[in-house]
Amino acid sequence: MTAPVILYVFFVILPYVEAFYYSFTSWHGFQKAEWVGIDNYKKMFDDDTFWKAVTHNGIILLLLPLATLIIALFFAFLLNVGGKAKAGVSQGVRGSKFYRLVFFFPQLLAVPIVAVLFQSVYRPDKSGVLNGILGFFGVKPVGWLIEPNIALLMLIAVMVWQAIGFYVVLFSAGMSSIPAEIYEAAELDGATPATTFRRITLPLLWGNIQTAWVYLGVAAFDAFAIVDVLSNNQGGPDFSTTVLSEEIYKATLAGKYGYATTLGVALFFLTATFAVIAFTTTKRETIEY
Amino acid sequence: MTKKPRGKSSAFMSLGHVALAGFAVMVVLPMLWAFVSSFKNNTEIFDNAFTWPAKFRWSNWVDAWETAHIGTYFFNTVIVVFFGVAGTMLLGSMAAYVLSRYDFVGNKVIYYTIIGGLGFPVFLGFGPLFKLVQMTKDIPFIGPLLGLNSYVSLVLVYIAYSLPFTVFFLSAFFRTLPTSVAEAAMIDGCSHTRLFFRVMLPMAKPGLVGITIFNIIGQWNQYMFPTLLISDPDKWQLTQGIARISTTAGYEAKWGPLFAGICMAIIPMILMYAFFQRQIQSGLTQGAVK
Repeated sequence: MTAPVILYVFFVILPYVEAFYYSFTSWHGFQKAEWVGIDNYKKMFDDDTFWKAVTHNGIILLLLPLATLIIALFFAFLLNVGGKAKAGVSQGVRGSKFYRLVFFFPQLLAVPIVAVLFQSVYRPDKSGVLNGILGFFGVKPVGWLIEPNIALLMLIAVMVWQAIGFYVVLFSAGMSSIPAEIYEAAELDGATPATTFRRITLPLLWGNIQTAWVYLGVAAFDAFAIVDVLSNNQGGPDFSTTVLSEEIYKATLAGKYGYATTLGVALFFLTATFAVIAFTTTKRETIEY
Repeated sequence: MTKKPRGKSSAFMSLGHVALAGFAVMVVLPMLWAFVSSFKNNTEIFDNAFTWPAKFRWSNWVDAWETAHIGTYFFNTVIVVFFGVAGTMLLGSMAAYVLSRYDFVGNKVIYYTIIGGLGFPVFLGFGPLFKLVQMTKDIPFIGPLLGLNSYVSLVLVYIAYSLPFTVFFLSAFFRTLPTSVAEAAMIDGCSHTRLFFRVMLPMAKPGLVGITIFNIIGQWNQYMFPTLLISDPDKWQLTQGIARISTTAGYEAKWGPLFAGICMAIIPMILMYAFFQRQIQSGLTQGAVK
């Protein structure tokens, strides 16, 4: 019992606590860190890039959980109760085993791999997969990651693409523990799948949805990996896709450790605020069944 | 017999089928494309997206494995992930078990401190973590094993950062196990250690399998920690190797072998997932849901 706690405190807690201290210093690497008070924080609030990054984190926070939750819920519903009931047990639509297997694949991929795959999908000329498909319909190649207006959306699409599988599995697990009798009764009463979904599945699954919402929100505040490896020029073009974690990384690489930890502290407080709000606003009475 | 109101529902269902099939294509297409590209040469890769390779160049796969050292990176990753996951499961299950089934002072504090790790942005601690791992080489006796460029350090960091989710997941699981079995075993004179390894762990098996696979996937795909802690190219992990090939690869570099390397990293994970899929589902049902 003590071993995991020591390990955890040493490698996880200690670095975080130190980070808070360094955010008040001019630490540049190997020489001694000098205390500079709130200078780093002043600099941060005056920095346009910081505000751009925060805005982008906000857009991701809005779109990523919304899109992922809606699509994953829809799919999980189809895969678990969408089909006709057989022997009193509600079934998924035909092929649901296959879909369940395939949808999880993106979760199995490391970030550099996702990056290489989507570099190929988003290539701006006709050798790109997406432009290749659009080419069949006579659409001219689009510079998916080069156009500042759509670049961020294209990155969010990749995040949604990768996340859906996990939440389909999570929601499927939740749905399979809802008793089949409830669905049968609804079917006897002539409820359409849409009504069944809205009146039965959704309320009974609320706990799972809440957990998923918090996970996705935290992921939205991070969003480092995809932006770093896939976006044009790490957060570009022209800072149109940068996020807070990317700016932390860049500041760290540039040796501005003190300033980097200041940005880190900002990120920490944003994430923590979100988590608290998400938990308190989605609180509902748990339905026992 | 009255006819069921089918109109709305069948529209809903056919929309559903289209969406499911469409998303399946979106998932599989890039991977299939990478697989086909692994047999192409550069000219073919930068030609139209949907051309077939003139011939299947298996030499790309040999090149990736040998010349681009994907083989070495592959084995490096297997070693680190093996010890990382074994350690995570041993320490994580013990911690989760004690935290969920024994009452003691500080229990709640330790539990929430560990769970809180789920919400920390990993980045916040990056600089200090680097410095800390660098300093561990000065610890007496075990120092030479630690420090930067050491698998032992990397494994310990993997374990530490895997603990929050593992403990979170497994304590929910242990809490649902019946107390009566544990009580009976204690009355029969079972020690706490024996009780844990002989009674509780076997009972928690479905949950353990599920979370083990999540940890394997997570650690196999880990990119940030190796990049931070391992700079010696002989000790690189698979993800580092692939990232390096792809970032140094301009239009002149060999893209075929890069895609072959990617397939080598993906295929073992897909096979493992296909094999254990049922256990993951049932583990999740009993763990995270309750």
